[in-house]
Amino acid sequence: MAETTETTTSETQSPVLSEFQERFPEAVGADEREGYEGIVVAGDHLLEVARAIRDDLGYDLLSDLSYVDYLDDGFFEVVYHAYNTHTGGPALTFKARTAREEAVLPSLTSVWPGVDFQEREAWDLMGIRFAGHPNLKRILTWDGFAGHPLRKDWQEPFYEQDEKPFKSRWPEGHVRRAEMDVPYGMNVQYPEGFTLDGFVPEGDTALYAGLGTPQTSSGVGVHQIRTDQLVVNMGPQHPSTHGVFRMAVTIDGETVTKLEPIMGYLHRNHEQIGERNTWLMNMPYTDRLDYICSMSNNLAYAITVEKMMGQEVPERAELIRILMAELTRIVNHIWYFGFFLNDLGAFLTPAVYAITERDLVLDLFEATSGSRMMCNYMRFGGVAYDLPPYVGGPAVKEGDRARHLDTMEFLKELIYERLPRVTQEFDDYLSNNEILLSRCRGVGVLPPDVAVAYSITGPVLRASGVPYDLRRADPYSLYDEFDFDVAVRYNGDLYDRFMIRLDEIWQSLRILEQVYPRLKATMGQEFWAGKRAYNVRVPAGEHYGHAENPKGELGFYCVSTGAANPYRYHIRAPSFINLTALEQMSLGLKVADVIAVLGSIDIVLGEVDR
Amino acid sequence: MYGLGILKGLGVTIRHFVDTYVDDIKWGIKRYTTDEGFEARQSPNTTGLVTIQYPEEKMAVPERFRFVPFLVVNDDDHPDAPGHDWCTSCGICAKVCPPQCIWIVRGSDPETGRPVPEPVDFYIDIDICMNCGYCAEYCPFDAIKMDHDYELASYDRTSEHIHNKARLSKPLSYWQTIAPTRAEEERLAREAKETAKALKKGRR
Repeated sequence: MAETTETTTSETQSPVLSEFQERFPEAVGADEREGYEGIVVAGDHLLEVARAIRDDLGYDLLSDLSYVDYLDDGFFEVVYHAYNTHTGGPALTFKARTAREEAVLPSLTSVWPGVDFQEREAWDLMGIRFAGHPNLKRILTWDGFAGHPLRKDWQEPFYEQDEKPFKSRWPEGHVRRAEMDVPYGMNVQYPEGFTLDGFVPEGDTALYAGLGTPQTSSGVGVHQIRTDQLVVNMGPQHPSTHGVFRMAVTIDGETVTKLEPIMGYLHRNHEQIGERNTWLMNMPYTDRLDYICSMSNNLAYAITVEKMMGQEVPERAELIRILMAELTRIVNHIWYFGFFLNDLGAFLTPAVYAITERDLVLDLFEATSGSRMMCNYMRFGGVAYDLPPYVGGPAVKEGDRARHLDTMEFLKELIYERLPRVTQEFDDYLSNNEILLSRCRGVGVLPPDVAVAYSITGPVLRASGVPYDLRRADPYSLYDEFDFDVAVRYNGDLYDRFMIRLDEIWQSLRILEQVYPRLKATMGQEFWAGKRAYNVRVPAGEHYGHAENPKGELGFYCVSTGAANPYRYHIRAPSFINLTALEQMSLGLKVADVIAVLGSIDIVLGEVDR
Repeated sequence: MYGLGILKGLGVTIRHFVDTYVDDIKWGIKRYTTDEGFEARQSPNTTGLVTIQYPEEKMAVPERFRFVPFLVVNDDDHPDAPGHDWCTSCGICAKVCPPQCIWIVRGSDPETGRPVPEPVDFYIDIDICMNCGYCAEYCPFDAIKMDHDYELASYDRTSEHIHNKARLSKPLSYWQTIAPTRAEEERLAREAKETAKALKKGRR
C-alpha cells in the first residue's frame, strides 16, 4: 500500500483504503501518481464500493462528479467527491477509469440520486456512458451537437490553437472580427437550402413522448375524476424563471404530475474555454458563473489554485476576502428576498428595496475592484488591490457628480448600521405577512434524507434540517477564527428556505463585525504575497477546492500537468446540482407554486449552464 | 390577529414613501443641485430615494473603474517627444488578455530590420473585451490603462467596434484627470525605479 502525499486527506484515507483492500482485494487501489490522492476503484465493482462508502463509512452526500480525459494514457477517469454530513471533514475522493473507445461505467443514481444531472453532463460533454442511468441524454448542449466537447481531441469550429495566448495576437497582429467566422456571416440569414418546414427537433419529440404517458399517481394525489393530462412548457423565457430556463411539466388540471428541467440555453462551454486559458485568465471567467456573487466565485477559484501552488496568503488579504465574500452573501440573500417575492406575485416593491441595498455594497466593490459585478478581484496569493482610501471618484464628465466617502467609515456604517437595519426591515416587512405564510408554509417540502441524497448544498440543505456548512465542516481561509453559528431550520418548506437566508444574513453580519476591527488593525499591511507575475506556474497534480457560496458549495476540480494552462478545469456548480431535486419538490403542487419552488432554490443560469 | 403581518409590512412601505419626502424637505433643492446633496443621497446613511437622474446627472466613477482600455501617449506639449507612445509592443497585454481581444502589429527599423519599441498599430475589439483589467495591471510600462468612458454606443457595430491605435491613444494628462491618485503613485514608482537604475549604473 502506498502513501501518496502528506495532506490531511490521504491521512484520513489510508485506513479507508486498507480496509477496502481487504474487503475488495481485486477492486481497490491507491492513486499513486505524483500530486494525486484518493482511491481508484475498478469499474465493475464501483457500485458495491460506492454502497460501502455510503452505508459503512457514512459518506452520505456525493458532492461532485468530475471527469478527466487522459488522452495519452487512453482512458477517461471519473472522480467522485463524497462528504460525511454528520462529522464534516474533507471529501473522500474515489475514482473509476474506463477505456476511451468504449467508455462505460455503472451509474451511481441508485446509490446517490444526486448524480443524475452530473452523469448526464459527463455523457454530454465527455461521452462517458453510465449503464443503468434512467434518462441518459444530453443536458447542456443540443441534440444535434457533434461530438463531446471536453474530450481532448475535440476541436471547436474556427479552432485556432490549443492554448492561449494565440500566436495571431502578437507579434503578428492579424486583426479580424470574430463575427466574420460565423458561417452565417453577419448572422442574420439562414444557410443556403435551409428551410424551417419539416425541421423536427428530435430531442423535444422524445421529451414529450416521455412526459405524455399519464403517470398514475405515485405519491401524487390527483382527484378521482377523469382528466386529461397536459404537457406545458414553462419557459424558456418566463420572466419569473430567473433567466433562460425551461420546465416541461405534465399537469393534471392544475396539479403537476411530472416535471423535467431543461437547461443549456446559456451554455458556452465554460470548462473548455477554461482549459484553453492560462490559470490566471480563468479568474475573470469565474465572475461570469454566478454573476450575483462574483467575489465568492473568485475566492473559491483562488483557494483551489493556491492549494495546488502551495501559496501562502497574508492575513490582510484573507480578511479582505472574507469581508467581500460575506458582503456578497448578504447581497445575494437580500436579492433573493426581492426576487422570491416577485416569484410569489408581489411584483417589484421588495425587489426594488433589495436592489437599493445591493447597490450600496456594489459601490464598495466598484471602488475596490473596479467593477460592480464582474469584480475579478482575487489573485493567487492575495487580492488585486488594497481597500481604496475612499468610495467615489473625481468628477470628469459633463454631468458627473462626485462622492468622497471614507472607505472605513462607509464600511462601519454599512456593517453596524445600515445592513442590520434593512435586514430587520425585511424581517418586519415580509416574515409574518399572512399571504407569504399561506403561500410558503408546508409547500415544496424537501425532507433531510432526500436533500442529502440529492446532493443539495447551501441554504436549501440547511433549511431541511441538515446543519452542513463548509465554513465549519471543512474550514478554508480564516473562517475557523471567527465566531458564528451555522444557521439551520427544520421544516424544509418554502418558508424555511426564506427564513434561513434571513438567519444567514445575521450570521454574516456577526462575522463582519469581527472582521472590521481586524481590518482596521491590519491597515497598511501587505495584501498580496509573492510576485505579481502573469505566467503562473502550478505544479503537476490534482486538487478539488471548494467554498460555501451563497447558493451552495462551489467546487473547482483542477488538474495540472505543470504547464501554463490547466489540463482539467471542472466546476461543481451549486445551482445546477440543486436543480436535481426540483421535480421531487414540485410533484403534486399547483403551477404557481412550482414557480415559487424554483425561486426558493435560488438559481443563476450563468452557473447552471456554464 | 389575522392581517397584522400585512399591516406591519405595509407600515414599512409607507415609511419608505414618507422618508423620501422628509429627506426632500430637509435638503430642499440642494439635494438635487449640489455635490453635498448628491453625496448624502448616495451614502450608506441615506433614507430617501436614491435615484440618479441619468443622463442629466451621472455618478462619477471611482479611480479604479475599468472599462475598455486606452493607450497612454505623451502630452502634446511634451518637450522632447509630443504624442510619443509609451507602449513598447512587448506583447504582455496581448499574452495576458483572457478573451484575446488585443492585436499588436510590431514595427521594425527599415534599415537594420530590428524591431522598434513602438507598435505600428494596436487593435482592441471592444465586442470581445471583458473589461477585466489584466492588460493595465500587468503592463510594465504603465502604457495601457482602463478608461472611464462607458458611453460607447455606436450606430454600426460592424465598422466601429474595433478600435485602432489612433482611436485608443489618449494623452497622459487624461489619465491624470480621471485617476489623479493612481497616476501620482505610478509617477513616484517610475521615478524610484529610474533612481535605482541610475544608482546601479553609477556604482559600476
